[in-house]
Amino acid sequence: MTSLLVILVLVLLSVALWQLTKIFDLTQVGKKGEESLVADDNDNKVNGYLSFAFLAFIYLITIYCFAYYGKFPLMSNSASVHGKEVDQLMWVSMILIFIVQTITQALLFYFSYKYRGRKGQVATYFSDNNKLEFIWSSIPAIVLAVLIFFGLFTWNDIMFINEKVEKPIVIEIYAQQFKWTARYSGADNVLGKANVRLIEGVNTLGVDLSDPNAQDDIVTDELHLPKGKKVIFKIRSQDVLHSMYMPHFRAQMNCVPGMVTQFAFIPSMTTEEMRETPEMIEKVANINKIREENSIALVAEGKTALDPYTFDFLLLCNKICGASHYNMQMKVVVDTPEDYKKWLAGKTSLVKSVKEEQAAKDAEKNPVIKDTTAVKVDTTLVAAASMK
Amino acid sequence: MSHAHDNHAIDHHDDHHEHHHKDTFITKYIFSIDHKMIAKQYLLTGIFMGIIGVGMSLLFRLQLAWPEQSFKVFSFFLGERMAPGGVMTNEAYLSLITIHGTIMVFFVLTAALSGTFSNLLIPLQLGARDMASGLLNMISYWLFFLSSVIMVWSLFVESGPASAGWTIYPPLSALPQAISGSGMGMTLWLVSMAIFIAASLLGSLNYIVTVINLRTKGMSLTRMPLTIWAFFITAVIGVISFPVLLSAALLLIMDRSFGTSFFLSDIYLAGEVLNYQGGSPVLFEHLFWFLGHPEVYIILLPALGITSEVIATNSRKPIFGYRAMIMSILAIAFLSTIVWGHHMFISGMNPFLGSVFTFTTLLIAIPSAVKAFNYITTLWKGNLQLNPAMLFSIGLVSTFITGGLTGIILGDSTLDINVHDTYFVVAHFHLVMGISALYGMFAGIYHWFPKMFGRMLNKTLGYVHFWVTAVCAYGVFFPMHFIGMAGLPRRYYENTNFPLFDDLQDVNVLITTFAIVGGVFQLVFLYNFFSSIFYGKRTVQNPWRSNTLEWTAPIEHMHGNWPGEIPEVHRWPYDYSKPGHDEDFVPQNVPMKPGEEELHH
Repeated sequence: MTSLLVILVLVLLSVALWQLTKIFDLTQVGKKGEESLVADDNDNKVNGYLSFAFLAFIYLITIYCFAYYGKFPLMSNSASVHGKEVDQLMWVSMILIFIVQTITQALLFYFSYKYRGRKGQVATYFSDNNKLEFIWSSIPAIVLAVLIFFGLFTWNDIMFINEKVEKPIVIEIYAQQFKWTARYSGADNVLGKANVRLIEGVNTLGVDLSDPNAQDDIVTDELHLPKGKKVIFKIRSQDVLHSMYMPHFRAQMNCVPGMVTQFAFIPSMTTEEMRETPEMIEKVANINKIREENSIALVAEGKTALDPYTFDFLLLCNKICGASHYNMQMKVVVDTPEDYKKWLAGKTSLVKSVKEEQAAKDAEKNPVIKDTTAVKVDTTLVAAASMK
Repeated sequence: MSHAHDNHAIDHHDDHHEHHHKDTFITKYIFSIDHKMIAKQYLLTGIFMGIIGVGMSLLFRLQLAWPEQSFKVFSFFLGERMAPGGVMTNEAYLSLITIHGTIMVFFVLTAALSGTFSNLLIPLQLGARDMASGLLNMISYWLFFLSSVIMVWSLFVESGPASAGWTIYPPLSALPQAISGSGMGMTLWLVSMAIFIAASLLGSLNYIVTVINLRTKGMSLTRMPLTIWAFFITAVIGVISFPVLLSAALLLIMDRSFGTSFFLSDIYLAGEVLNYQGGSPVLFEHLFWFLGHPEVYIILLPALGITSEVIATNSRKPIFGYRAMIMSILAIAFLSTIVWGHHMFISGMNPFLGSVFTFTTLLIAIPSAVKAFNYITTLWKGNLQLNPAMLFSIGLVSTFITGGLTGIILGDSTLDINVHDTYFVVAHFHLVMGISALYGMFAGIYHWFPKMFGRMLNKTLGYVHFWVTAVCAYGVFFPMHFIGMAGLPRRYYENTNFPLFDDLQDVNVLITTFAIVGGVFQLVFLYNFFSSIFYGKRTVQNPWRSNTLEWTAPIEHMHGNWPGEIPEVHRWPYDYSKPGHDEDFVPQNVPMKPGEEELHH
């Protein structure tokens, strides 16, 4: 509907424009022998006014976007401690560029309108002014220096982590086409060594099971974080570049095969708390309204309706990684520290899962065709057999 | 220092009788070594590639607005393989965005923009008979043509064209197991780009040599039009940075075909461990962006140069701050080579580097701001002749400011964390370099069409083209900032897997609508362009009453540009509305009046 409206408006606008110029052309008949294809006073007049109108358009689209889309930007309600600082800096920068934008566009299009060419009008021969040049080189320089200063301050705060002093909880984020996995470092808070060459069976992360540090590592496909504790993510990828993006935490870091990258933050809101913020309640209600409307259409076509949505933090892939890049996500849950401990205690360690798998396979003793994805378990057997 | 060039001018004076020798069709229109013909060849090839590039964007915008819907246009253009039943596949989507980016960045805005106008204007505005080497110039064009053919050919290979994004980050671009587009399609992409880079280097070297050696008498460096300054510095940046992309491409070819591990390490894919060890994708990112960022300025500077010329001419006023403009071009050129890391804040490189690149990146905002302010001041108290070229130039300043300002957000490493690779970035760079450079190109076409084809473009069609394009460009990219800041990643085939983004779908529909309208209205331009070549009104020699030397050359094209002697230059090119002269323009070849003061611009 909106699109139809926009098309209609634009078509009418261009028709009106066309007609306007035609009318102006007609008023010119008889005045000049031949129509010139260089702008004349009438063109200058029409386009001068249109410049002014265009300025109005820029302002209107800005106001429209703020009114209708102003709620989208993630500039408040961050779920991490450093997120507040990021948001603050974002606000300052945004207000600043908004002011500059408003003024410069006004000058640009106002001048286009004000000084539109007229016969007999003579332009001012004004080619240089060192004072002006100095002013508008130094003002941006000073403003940018301030922004750089605060930006770098925050950046250092976020990026440089002293693990020995801060003792953050170490969690590995493991990326592969098109799936995320998390590995918790367990009681010792040290991740066992890992390499893709050790991938085998349930050990899909290639953890070195002989490493003492690996003995209590826990692998999960949902990410749980405790509120108020610093968490450091050690990030790996097994195939191509991915990017670990958690917008609500203002957190992002690429996952690079062959190296371990890291990012750390302190979650400041549990999932429950986030769901209950007024902004989120409104957003979810709006999304559910849209989903209901869409469902009606789907049901009419004989398809299944969409599930209602409840908010969850997400980890999404934000670096093009292959055909299904658009659906590579993991649910992130922020718990209270107690709930977090309980959840983690309920998980089996990787070493135990590997042993169980091996036992099960030993009992079965059926050589099977190697297939890596669907029947991962079988490769272990083959490998175990060949090792004997 | 201009005296050094007198000899060249004289050398060529005696040549002009040779123009009478007969040209065959082939030497005149195909393998021409005349810079004006080569400029036209670049322009036509560029327009053709532009139609493909823009067309692709319309296709994937349809998919983004109405995900997985069946469209007849998809069946028609993509066929059963890429759009079974008229529904675009996810791989087809990635191919489209990849090739759209590649074509627009390299083939349209690099080659066609600077190829057309550098070739046309460098000799004409400097008062040279032709480029330093017509032969190299011809080879440059034909290499570019060859690379275009290969790029277009890659669209039709069995496994699909390259689809790892225009930045072709390995390992995705290196491993056909990771995405099918990284097979034959990627090979052709790399071959095409390698040839393209050769073409670009030959062209750039030629431009540099011509500017340094073939200026006419009196054309000192500080009397050169800003267009030439822009083309000259662009060529220098190109020569410095394109070879780095070539080396990245060569190393990638080796990784792909010869089993080396420059960019690959520890990869487990499709159920097996690959044999690569010790390489780093981050190295590729560094090499790529060492070109990639200067590339932005390679695209933008010529557009800004064209704008400087068009705005001064049509304001009937000298460009404000001529020397400051040159200084900012030089500053941008220098800084552009040390800011590439702002594309990699979260690539896993040392965060300290992030600090350094934030600093250099925000520095580059200063010369950019100076340019914008100077353009605005040039308009002030002018006598603006609002020709279509002028409108496009004003439009360029507008989008350059809008897009440039959001660069302050993205250049700040802290803020980049949360908007990196989202639609905010897409909105930013499309406005600041995509749309701006396109406007620059349109400004150039509208302004120099009479020089190229001896006929005028229809101005009314030009006005319609400009205003609808201007409205649609903002309509597309302004709302895009908002969905980007909502955390919507770019390069997603559809967002339906994330209920979180359901409320952004309306915006996508709006954007697509503006995109389609804007795209369709480019047909107005195409019609105007092609019909005016044959049926346009014949032009007078200097339709815009401009100062630069190209308008002293006769309308009829000839080898050597000027019959008889090359004009001599006596003044800078911006003596518009100078007090003490009868006309409101004083061409560069008009001698100074006795007692007339030459400003220290």
